[in-house]
Amino acid sequence: MTGTTPREPRPASDSTLVLPRYLREAPERRTPLGYPGYRSTALRAPLRAPVDLPHRLTEVTGPVLGEDRVRPGDADLTLRAGGEAQGQRIIVFGRVLDSDGRPVPDALVEVWQANAAGRYRHVVDNWPAPLDPHFDGLGRVVTDSLGRYEFTTIKPGSYPWGNHHNAWRPAHIHFSLFGTAFTQRLVTQMYFPGDPLFWQDPIFNAIPPSARHRAISTFELDRTQDNWALAYQWDIVLRGRDQTPFETDDDGDVA
Amino acid sequence: MTIEHLSAQVRAANEGNDRVPGIPRRGSGFLDEPFQLGTTPSATVGPYLAIGLTWADGPYAVAAGTPGAIWLRGRVVDGNGDVVPDAMVETWQADPDGRFPHPDDPRGAVTVPGFRGFARSDTLDGGQYAVHTLKPGPVPDGAGGLQAPHVDVSVFARGLLDRVVTRIYFADEAEANAADPVLAALPDDASRATLVARPAGDGYVLDIHLQGDDETVFFAV
Repeated sequence: MTGTTPREPRPASDSTLVLPRYLREAPERRTPLGYPGYRSTALRAPLRAPVDLPHRLTEVTGPVLGEDRVRPGDADLTLRAGGEAQGQRIIVFGRVLDSDGRPVPDALVEVWQANAAGRYRHVVDNWPAPLDPHFDGLGRVVTDSLGRYEFTTIKPGSYPWGNHHNAWRPAHIHFSLFGTAFTQRLVTQMYFPGDPLFWQDPIFNAIPPSARHRAISTFELDRTQDNWALAYQWDIVLRGRDQTPFETDDDGDVA
Repeated sequence: MTIEHLSAQVRAANEGNDRVPGIPRRGSGFLDEPFQLGTTPSATVGPYLAIGLTWADGPYAVAAGTPGAIWLRGRVVDGNGDVVPDAMVETWQADPDGRFPHPDDPRGAVTVPGFRGFARSDTLDGGQYAVHTLKPGPVPDGAGGLQAPHVDVSVFARGLLDRVVTRIYFADEAEANAADPVLAALPDDASRATLVARPAGDGYVLDIHLQGDDETVFFAV
């Protein structure tokens, strides 16, 4: 095998199946699979060019996941095991949109993060920062009819990792989204504005410069709560439907 | 402007404010191209995905005990040949009739009760994923033909800055596989073989090689 197979895309529809196709973001605005500065990619990121997969039924459908995946309290990470988590309380909110600007309603959003000291509640994380008995770092929400989501948490701390000498991850929250099609699946990380650790972090810097701002939330004074919480907004944009016109036997007109 | 004490460079500035030839005027006030937002860039799932992405019923694309259910199993292997013990494999597929439990399937709802079509499995068990499901049926290819039974697969792991996407086909579907447009587009049999699961025990087995001589075929979707 020697990389991409030259091949004309097949038509996405015939007289019986009219399917959407999903836009492909330009490579220069997408995170590459591997990045030399991020050492773990060396033996894991595939080395051969991926083969183009036209969007057919399997790719334009996807799991329908919603409220059945969410338990009461999942949207407030600051209350766990009968007590209040330590740290700076924040509200993280935004909209899930597709690249055409349409909201993605009723969509599952899964988040996980380190505690205020920068420690994950995970067997692999043993750096000397304290665990918080009232913080597990897991949240789940479903977007509303306008694609909006919101959860309450504490601002995660930064933490060291073994990538290079004195490497520190900027504070971040992990996000996982499905959208409505296999093509829209997204796992990513949300950062906080003005983090002094951006410049030395290979995971942040693997994002092409023209797209890095899309990974950084904005402080939103209007959504802070008096005597309670700061607020950060982060809109998430999934791939939208390709607007390249294609022919169908039925254009929707009713005779 | 003729103020003699200013530099010749300043005095010679082009008073005409001519636009550079060839650059059309912008800013009509109206959107004259399709409206498009930039997509959010992906990032690695990291080593702590088990905190956020573990579901008790994750590996079950269909409920345990469903007649005819099988296990899809395999290892995720890195470029050294070592198993990847902190990956997550997600699968999405049609039911045995080739239908999807999704509103964008124009042929109607899925027919098998309790069929989710989606499963996720970590590889904590010795680098091995395991998904409980029904073997999918053939799926229309959108051009009047059929795709062989297949499962779309996403692999997430520390060290992967985006998911990688592949497919699982089934070795006992040789005739359907030979007619499958995705397999047909691959350059050689060795590439195709990286996608074909073999019957074994309670289902099928296929290892996913992220790198190496037998690197799995990954797809750009």
